Amino acid sequence: MSPTPLGLPVARPPVHGHGNLHAETAFPAAAKEQMRNEQMRANIHHATHTIRAKRANVTAELPDWEALRDAGSAIKQDVGARLPELLEEFEANLTARGAHVHWARDAAEANEIVADLVRATGVDEVIKVKSMATQEIGLDEYLAGEGIAAIETDLAELIVQLGHDKPSHILVPAIHRNRDEIREIFLNEMPGVDASLSTEPAELADAARTHLREKFLSTSVAISGANFGVADTGTLAVVESEGNGRMCLTLPDTLITVMGIEKLVPTFDDLEVFLQLLPRSSTGERMNPYTSMWTGVTPDDGPQDVHVILLDNGRTAVLDDPAGRSAGNPSAPLSGQARPLRPALHPLLRLPQRLPRLRACGRPRLRLDLSRSHRGDPLAAAHGHHLRGERLPAVRFLPVRRVLRRLPRQDQHPRHPRPPPRPRRRGGESHDPQPDGPAHEGRVRPHVPRPVHVGGRTLAPDRPPRRPPRHRLAARHRRRLDPGAGHPHPTGAVLPSLVGHPGGRQ
Amino acid sequence: MKIALFATCIVDAMYPRVALATVRILERLGHEVIFPPGQGCCSQMHVNSGYLDDALPVVRNHVRAFADARFDVAVAPSGSCVASLGHQQPMVARAGGDEALAREAAELAGRTYELSQLLVDVLGVTDAATDLGSWFPHTVTYHPSCHGTRLLRLGDRQSDLLRTVGDIDYRELPDAAECCGFGGTFSLKNPDVSGAMAEEKIGNIVASGASICTGGDAACLLHLGGAMRKRGSGPTTLHLAEILAATREHPLDPTSYDHSIPEGARR
Repeated sequence: MSPTPLGLPVARPPVHGHGNLHAETAFPAAAKEQMRNEQMRANIHHATHTIRAKRANVTAELPDWEALRDAGSAIKQDVGARLPELLEEFEANLTARGAHVHWARDAAEANEIVADLVRATGVDEVIKVKSMATQEIGLDEYLAGEGIAAIETDLAELIVQLGHDKPSHILVPAIHRNRDEIREIFLNEMPGVDASLSTEPAELADAARTHLREKFLSTSVAISGANFGVADTGTLAVVESEGNGRMCLTLPDTLITVMGIEKLVPTFDDLEVFLQLLPRSSTGERMNPYTSMWTGVTPDDGPQDVHVILLDNGRTAVLDDPAGRSAGNPSAPLSGQARPLRPALHPLLRLPQRLPRLRACGRPRLRLDLSRSHRGDPLAAAHGHHLRGERLPAVRFLPVRRVLRRLPRQDQHPRHPRPPPRPRRRGGESHDPQPDGPAHEGRVRPHVPRPVHVGGRTLAPDRPPRRPPRHRLAARHRRRLDPGAGHPHPTGAVLPSLVGHPGGRQ
Repeated sequence: MKIALFATCIVDAMYPRVALATVRILERLGHEVIFPPGQGCCSQMHVNSGYLDDALPVVRNHVRAFADARFDVAVAPSGSCVASLGHQQPMVARAGGDEALAREAAELAGRTYELSQLLVDVLGVTDAATDLGSWFPHTVTYHPSCHGTRLLRLGDRQSDLLRTVGDIDYRELPDAAECCGFGGTFSLKNPDVSGAMAEEKIGNIVASGASICTGGDAACLLHLGGAMRKRGSGPTTLHLAEILAATREHPLDPTSYDHSIPEGARR
């Protein structure tokens, strides 16, 4: 009898991007262990059944639900096919509205950019909106290593963070915890929590609310993800249930958003489709309680120092992979004409097709590499300022030349699972061997706070414009936000209702 | 109408009587059923496990086997295998650089139907008792398998047919849309999770009060039936085609039924 191989296929290089989501134990082994955790299984059973039943109810209400899903799918396919031009349109609109756009090819670059931006503000504590993109790049862990504390303000993420735990679900990260466990975590880890705290969801939410209130009012830098980025307006959007996101997006002076480049939608009207789909499909709500949108900087209102980091981390590599791009499109008719498999890719991405010789020597895959001012490319070095508007062709074709010369740069996907470690950027050392010569100064530009141009005036970045002193601001917000003990909608009421009752299986 | 039967490998290897029941139903409606020789697997197991290169000859075999036969439409008593034809075979062929094969596979997939799709959408069956003579006086619940539900969007086709079987006592299955835990090679690679999912499903089947759980995919029923048999008592499984094929004249007695060996082509 011949042996039958049943193992997982060996991953084929190149492996695109790298994430923070790798478990330490293989799934079957971890599952064997966790299967015995009856409490956790009961918690998850209760929570997933609650949320699924809610979803089934609210999606059944819409007669055109399937058509909406098809519309959403079509919009995303359009985005995939036009990604480069839409990204540039998005960048141009953001920049025109006073936001700073940064490009990050992978997790390491995105983390470095965020850390640089936070350091430039001089704070060592930031508040965070729940964000899968920052989970993907391991931002909290990276910032901790840089001496910056990132405080999660989503209730479930806060439970996970305080419990020194890992999120278990993209929508309800603490879905594996029940209210008894949450009370324990709060009592042990939340400073100043009342020892008489009960397991009532409203009381637990109130404790988190009090704890987070101080953070919202005393922290000047917030980090968010984005549910959507609208190319034709430069608008970013975050949908949420608890209001913590709204606080993070409006109260601080500096707002840093890490957005995966697939989050784009072409026009503002496209939000109509997704704002119907997302809340019903994800949390089973007809409408999510908070939808925040912001477009660059609004003078004298909200954060005045707005940054957007556009994250690739393997997304363009997936887009460039005809087999891996979409694992089936259930809405496409089975018998219909095959969809065009290759979208119009960025000129850089089409290079292998243009130059057959490249394909012969191993088909290099190129990541989207638009200019990134903060990394000291020629234009930024020349101007000493954030790069805006036009780019020199030479800047854009640096990576092309690297490929043609087959130089060991991260523009080429690594042949082994992880890219070689890159030299640290500390201490003014050359952060990256740069063979492309004179245009590159080979040295990290020390981060200088950027002046902000508002309505023809130039404002010093370290002096937020027309904002009352922080203690007065805090007092103002406290009045506005503290209507009394009997708050009808405690922050994060959604999560406790999804969490299991004490005492085992439901 | 000339209908080609795609038996699928699980049915061929484990439940040939499901293929026989499918033939019986279609012949009762007056159609000619042919069985293209040389047919095999749809390649789903390879593709789902990541072996795209190994799937290519399997796809080629399937397309060749059916290309040599002359028929109007093809039918398979499986939602999962039919979904694989349209969703995976053209992709496998393109990944292997064979565009002609991809087009052929897509064309074949376009006229291959899951059994309830064929009965309802093509042959216009609305009432199993009057149109097919189906009669099955037992308590039955129905598990809608994942691929039929989510990829083929079968909706109520299978359950509507079942409800109209003569004298059937149809019971709703709690949490019906949840996976049974089979998932192809998932059950081999993750037996603990797979078994726990089967336990949940069986708990719901027992709660439904039915003595028989039916469905449109033999693989899911194999998984559930094996777990039930290991329990020693309780409900058993039968494929949808077997229930539709049962009549007053040729009733199906689930208690004295051998669950793995075919009884032969008895009409």
